[in-house]
Amino acid sequence: MDELNIWQIATFFVWLVGSVTFILALKFLASPKTARTGNLLGAGGMAVVIAWTFLTYDLASPESEPGMLSNWWIILVGGVIGAVAGTLGARRVPMTAMPQMVAIFNGAGGGAAAVVAIAEFLEFADHGEGLLPLPFVIASLLGAVIGGVALTGSVVAFGKLQGIVTARPYMLPGQQLITGALFLTMLLIGVYVAGFENSIPLFLVFCAIALVAGVVLTMPIGGADMPVVVSLLNSYTGIAVAASGFVLSNYALLIAGTLVGASGAILTQLMTKAMNRSLFNVLFAGFGTAGGAAAAGEEGEEQLRETNAEDVAVLMAYGKRVIIVPGYGMAVAQAQGPVRELMDLLVAKGVDVQFAIHPVAGRMPGHMNVLLAEANVPYDRLKEMDEINDDFADTDVALVIGANDVVNPSAREEGSPISGMPILNVDAAQNIVVLKRGRGTGFAGIPNPLFSNEKTAMLFGDAKPSIEALVQGVKQA
Amino acid sequence: MELTAFELLSALFILVLAAFVGYEVVSKVPTMLHTPLMSGANAVHGVIVVGAMLVAATSEGPVRIALALIGVILGTINVVGGFVVTDRMLEMFKKRPGER
Repeated sequence: MDELNIWQIATFFVWLVGSVTFILALKFLASPKTARTGNLLGAGGMAVVIAWTFLTYDLASPESEPGMLSNWWIILVGGVIGAVAGTLGARRVPMTAMPQMVAIFNGAGGGAAAVVAIAEFLEFADHGEGLLPLPFVIASLLGAVIGGVALTGSVVAFGKLQGIVTARPYMLPGQQLITGALFLTMLLIGVYVAGFENSIPLFLVFCAIALVAGVVLTMPIGGADMPVVVSLLNSYTGIAVAASGFVLSNYALLIAGTLVGASGAILTQLMTKAMNRSLFNVLFAGFGTAGGAAAAGEEGEEQLRETNAEDVAVLMAYGKRVIIVPGYGMAVAQAQGPVRELMDLLVAKGVDVQFAIHPVAGRMPGHMNVLLAEANVPYDRLKEMDEINDDFADTDVALVIGANDVVNPSAREEGSPISGMPILNVDAAQNIVVLKRGRGTGFAGIPNPLFSNEKTAMLFGDAKPSIEALVQGVKQA
Repeated sequence: MELTAFELLSALFILVLAAFVGYEVVSKVPTMLHTPLMSGANAVHGVIVVGAMLVAATSEGPVRIALALIGVILGTINVVGGFVVTDRMLEMFKKRPGER
């Protein structure tokens, strides 16, 4: 075994410290109290690893002269550009657009992992005599393909969430065949490059196909399922980073990448479970294509009872308990501020106000929690589905704000696309008030019998003015 | 790139153990923190910027220098943006003093 110099040994310890802070960052997210500290700890560990690499790289590599890392200007220039872009993006983005932002940062990470894998392969395929070691080539290929898919997949996910690309599932003719052909080609090229000839042009073709595959895989998935996709792509980037860590023999990359790969995978699984669907169904079923048109026709025939803000305000102000069910409609309308004002007024009148948060309400799990927390709603008023579902029966008013599929009772019956999805038992409440932008169906395009329930009154309009009208109403009640 | 069999096997051990740690840690995170979790995990894989730096350090010739630069830019966006946006989300979860 080669002798390690003191700097190399120290580098291992820095990686160890970094890895521990990354694990703690995720672990501390188990409670809102420690979550922020954990994140800062992770950022601190990351800063130490980056600074250490920058300052000591040449000391730790025996063949080069001691001093600062060569080509340091590339890192400074790139670092400044990246830091400015990242900070601006992260600071400026409105809370509702959070899922897109995570998607774009994830795409950047995937791209970086792919670039690292490509650069390393180019370097050694150039100088190498004979075939490169198999583990090295396999890891490079994996880093390139997974990173490439994560990059373009995230860009499509961003486009779908932002409304630039159609949110509807977009199936190519012969979708399965094309996907299959792409992956078979990559497999063949991969085997050839690894086993027979370390060809640079073929490696680059392989990377190009990976980029196309990311688009082809993501386009058929509906906008409502994008959070699951973002989580999955997040996991992919983690795996690509781990592969790069393997290529570079860098344990910090290896551990952090694997950690994220595994945690992203389990998070994806938790999310699909909350929707009672399999990952396979999310990725390949083109969910939301079939139901839409048929559903829109049926809705028109239903008798919906319309109400006005004054009536609802009185109903709530003189009730004992009100449960608010926020959904994506609250997020798009940016109504969380007025919602909080409404809560404060009702609480002041002695009404018990709770929020029922469905695991997939909004566009990301926890999306509603983030928005309501932004509006300073104390988080102990936010109840998870299992915790609050039994309370609906003795609730005077269930106020549904722009939520649809998560309160759709047809999930309890057979034959609906959302059959079996756990839902909030809103229909058990004494009175149900649904705030809705228009008469259309929800994101999944499924008719909702809750709206025609005899206990339900509809308050049509954008959520923000509707809630503001309720606030006025409660003040006068 | 002089991977010895020992290094290879150590890396495999680290891989498997880290995967278990990731699985265990995330299983305990409540639903309401899943968005910050996704974002936080996203920031952690921003460590790829270190890989891009190592590529930069050994870069000669315009192609590799260009690749290194792109890698460093993308990696830095990931790591800086990731941590900042996660912090912004988590900042909102703090309890105000005097709240019930």
